[in-house]
Amino acid sequence: MATSEPLHLTAVKRDPAFADRLSPDGRLLRRCIQCGTCTASCPASPAMDLSPRRMWRMVQLGLEEDVLCSKTMWLCSLCYQCQVRCPRGIPLTDTITRLKEMALKRKLAASQESAGFYRAFTDMIRRYGRNREMEFMVRYFLATNPLNALNYAGMGLTLFSRGKARPEFPRLGGEGRLDRLFERVAELEGRR
Amino acid sequence: MKYLFYPGCTQDGSALEYKISTLAVLEALGAEIEEIEDWTCCGASAASVMSGLLGVVLPARNLALAEQVLGENDGYDVLAICSACYTNLRRTSEAVADDPALLKKINQALEVEGLIYHGTAQTRHLMDVLANDFDLEAIKERVKRPLEGLTVASYYGCQTVRPLSPFDDDQRPTSMVAIIEALGATVHRHNREASCCGTSLQMTKPEVGIGMAASVLEACEPADCVAAVCPMCHMNLDSYQDKTVRMSGQSRRIPILFLPQLMGLAFGLPESEMMFERHVVSVKPMLQKLT
Repeated sequence: MATSEPLHLTAVKRDPAFADRLSPDGRLLRRCIQCGTCTASCPASPAMDLSPRRMWRMVQLGLEEDVLCSKTMWLCSLCYQCQVRCPRGIPLTDTITRLKEMALKRKLAASQESAGFYRAFTDMIRRYGRNREMEFMVRYFLATNPLNALNYAGMGLTLFSRGKARPEFPRLGGEGRLDRLFERVAELEGRR
Repeated sequence: MKYLFYPGCTQDGSALEYKISTLAVLEALGAEIEEIEDWTCCGASAASVMSGLLGVVLPARNLALAEQVLGENDGYDVLAICSACYTNLRRTSEAVADDPALLKKINQALEVEGLIYHGTAQTRHLMDVLANDFDLEAIKERVKRPLEGLTVASYYGCQTVRPLSPFDDDQRPTSMVAIIEALGATVHRHNREASCCGTSLQMTKPEVGIGMAASVLEACEPADCVAAVCPMCHMNLDSYQDKTVRMSGQSRRIPILFLPQLMGLAFGLPESEMMFERHVVSVKPMLQKLT
């Protein structure tokens, strides 16, 4: 859905409770007055399919699928400018993280790269308790586009030569350092 | 001054020089540092996307470990030097402060690690500690090799001052100014001091992320180097600078230093503790300017 197109609200599926289901407190989104400070403050808004202002209006209107399928949330770099500048005090950036979580859980994520990035990173924490940068990069490329690794080969060699990167050998199998904690969190969230 | 140190993953990897120089500078200023034992990742930007609860449980695990050392009222704080770790740890303390149900849930999870989180440990950023816990005169006294003739662009990044900014302005921060001046250098103020470096967009959406880093570097261009206080900012401005230059047409490379490296340089601390050789953009031209 392009930013300039008008919305025909009678012709689309809407869930008026969508905003309420978003945390920290989705009801706060009802306060939005569409001033556009979020869009004006966002360093990535020119690259978004829905501007932040338009996306929040669509959240208010309950256009859940259109919002969750858009690329907008995946271009958020968590700079928190929209959140601290919002004149209505809405925790916008934190709510974008919840939108990402929803889109991933419903398999609607419009960015294979971002989904692969977050999954590969979280898997590193579960396995080792801490990130291992080189192994993470390899897993990220394998999960998204292995050929893309070639674009980073030059930089990788430089980092090795400076001692900033070091070879890491993945541990295959065995119990992950934080397996039990991750499983308990999944239980508490009713995911198993 | 005593601090319970949470290094964060990157500081044992690509940003080792940030950790080593921080410890050296704090020691030179007379601070006592104890590392949290058995710490694990704060979850970075990833864990809370995978699960909202996981996004607070992972920081809470580390704060619970900290509380075992801190006891009830020892009066010292957790020190984070990565802005993302800082934000995650503080975000968690703030979330449980007015939500006992969340605290209970976090503790149900931490049970499997044999840990209890009370919500008492407080986290501070290195920038806050350097600007507010040490007398400027004490910093000046430590300077053996004033950085005269050097112009330093201050760069705070986002999460150092946003969304939680108990020690500085979240739009136009100033914490670094007096420190850099105390070292004998001139500060280059610019309009990208608290702008985003691009974070993980450098990997997932490079066409957007690199543009963000380029706008920061462009604003810093009149300076001899940039001072940073976050490993993510450093990675994006230093390690990615070749890519950024190719995209932006920036006229020259600019070295990116961690603020403690700059302090260590002025304090005359051994180069082995500054580890400039690890940087992608050479620091040499800048060092030559000093001698």
